[in-house]
Amino acid sequence: MLSKPPSTRPLGAQAPSPAAFLQARAAWRWPEILFWISAFGLILLFPNRHLLLNEIAILGLFALSLDLILGYAGIVSLGHAAFFGVGAYAAGLLAKHGVSEPVTGLLLSGAAAGLVGFLASFMILRGTDLTRLMVTLGVALIFHELANRLDWITGGADGLLGISVGPILGRFDFDFAGTTAYTYSLTATFLLFLLARRIVHSPFGLSLKALKDNHLRAATIGIAPNRRIVAIYTLAAVYAGMAGALLTQTTQFVSLEMLDFARSADALLVLVIGGSGYLYGGLIGAIAFKLMKDTLSAMTPAYWIFWMGFILVILVLIGRDRLMATLARPFAPLLKLLGARRP
Amino acid sequence: MTLAHQTLALQTLGLSKSFGGFRANSDISLCVARGARHALIGPNGAGKTTFINLLTGVVPATSGTVRLLDEDVTRVSQQGRVKRGMARTYQINQLFADLTPIETVGLAIAEREGAGARWWSRVGQNSAVVDEAEALLTRMKLGEVMMWRTATLPYGKQRLLEIALAMACKPKLLLLDEPAAGVPEDERHDVLDSVEALPQDVTVLLIEHDMELVFSFADRISVLVQGQLFAEGGVEEISTDPRVKAVYLGEDAHV
Repeated sequence: MLSKPPSTRPLGAQAPSPAAFLQARAAWRWPEILFWISAFGLILLFPNRHLLLNEIAILGLFALSLDLILGYAGIVSLGHAAFFGVGAYAAGLLAKHGVSEPVTGLLLSGAAAGLVGFLASFMILRGTDLTRLMVTLGVALIFHELANRLDWITGGADGLLGISVGPILGRFDFDFAGTTAYTYSLTATFLLFLLARRIVHSPFGLSLKALKDNHLRAATIGIAPNRRIVAIYTLAAVYAGMAGALLTQTTQFVSLEMLDFARSADALLVLVIGGSGYLYGGLIGAIAFKLMKDTLSAMTPAYWIFWMGFILVILVLIGRDRLMATLARPFAPLLKLLGARRP
Repeated sequence: MTLAHQTLALQTLGLSKSFGGFRANSDISLCVARGARHALIGPNGAGKTTFINLLTGVVPATSGTVRLLDEDVTRVSQQGRVKRGMARTYQINQLFADLTPIETVGLAIAEREGAGARWWSRVGQNSAVVDEAEALLTRMKLGEVMMWRTATLPYGKQRLLEIALAMACKPKLLLLDEPAAGVPEDERHDVLDSVEALPQDVTVLLIEHDMELVFSFADRISVLVQGQLFAEGGVEEISTDPRVKAVYLGEDAHV
């Protein structure tokens, strides 16, 4: 008998409040949770693939680091390996000279790379994409040559030998199968991802997007671009340095290859494959890139680089978006749910 | 003298800008009273854009000074001038295509309040910012589209967002660069209404080609020709000035 007056507003058609709308951007979506559960679940599965998975986690973190500056702040770089290398050598030198606990080494290496990134960031404040490409490339070349020449510190072309990494937090020893290594790298990547996710959804993160979108207007509404760019570039350098440190610690070796141009290029390729500006591009791209490389080099050991190049040219010419839409239609909604603007 | 200064929102003294040998602005001395509706007109290539860039600090002046609310801001950075109360809109939309209007305006408000660089809180958590952004957008007839991507907005709405974004900086002096340029007829009304409805305590310097808008909006008009101030006066004075007519209608009007 108690009948309420009918609601004037149609059910389920209510527009969200602006605050709810804005905050929904940062909400966790279930495919994200699934992604991380699967990643951690792999610790228990495929023990013979843990070395490869470890490399994927590290490449993913490295590409994530590049995504922070490229995808969010619009800063192009061809020399991101400089920071990877600084972190890698720092971790190697620390382990060689007494700091054998990996987590301590990881944090210190990140700080070292961050310091270098902070100093380097002042060179990319001004200028066009082309100047930034050249400056970042030049910085990476300088570090490569420094590591080559300062052989009494770095071991030069022979690489840094005699690195002994202790158990993580004094408890977990590295094993030959790479299970500890993968668990360690994945945990570090996950924690750094959480921090990055928090930052890109903050007012600071939004201001970076604004800077990328329209530099001129951002300045007109009072955003001083330089400090923001220095901050994100330094953070990205810390991330890259930690990725380098993880590789050193889990392989117990550092060589000039850590500073190679090819490594900078790989990070860009990974973002081309996975997409930039939604954080998962680096991780998904790293998986695709490593699996492609692994499969191709098993199929045609002599020509895998040819096929890799071929696939990348196709990918860029046809466009990842269109290729995704046609070849991998089932994945498109997944990517959309993960938060990609254009899956 | 000091009293006279205090009633000025903007004053330029002998402001000049040369690009190589080309004098884009030469010796411009302009006063804009507080609360004024001042229009700056002039034919194409008269140096209006350069003048705005000098006022806002995009390019440094070759010589001369800019005073904003009785303070010399000639050496103050672009951001510093925004913080001191100068905002502008653009003749050609300069918006954040990938952001929504609520994000765009919220960004400017957060920046104004010094909360724009917070990296630990979430966008949308600061209810003071969100509420103000919502109120401003609703007032500017953008309430219904505030959660759309800016790139997908109709052109007229984008022009409104241009003005809303400048207003989000809470300016004391607003530089409007051809606010109605290119707006289709059916949306034009909204833009003109919004310009008309700007709060009286905001001083407006309007740069405009459209004489109809200038004559209906402005209470004082300055004419810029070949980088120099050519004439200045009330609407009546300027609209009947034969020299101004000549500049606008071509050489024949001399006869």
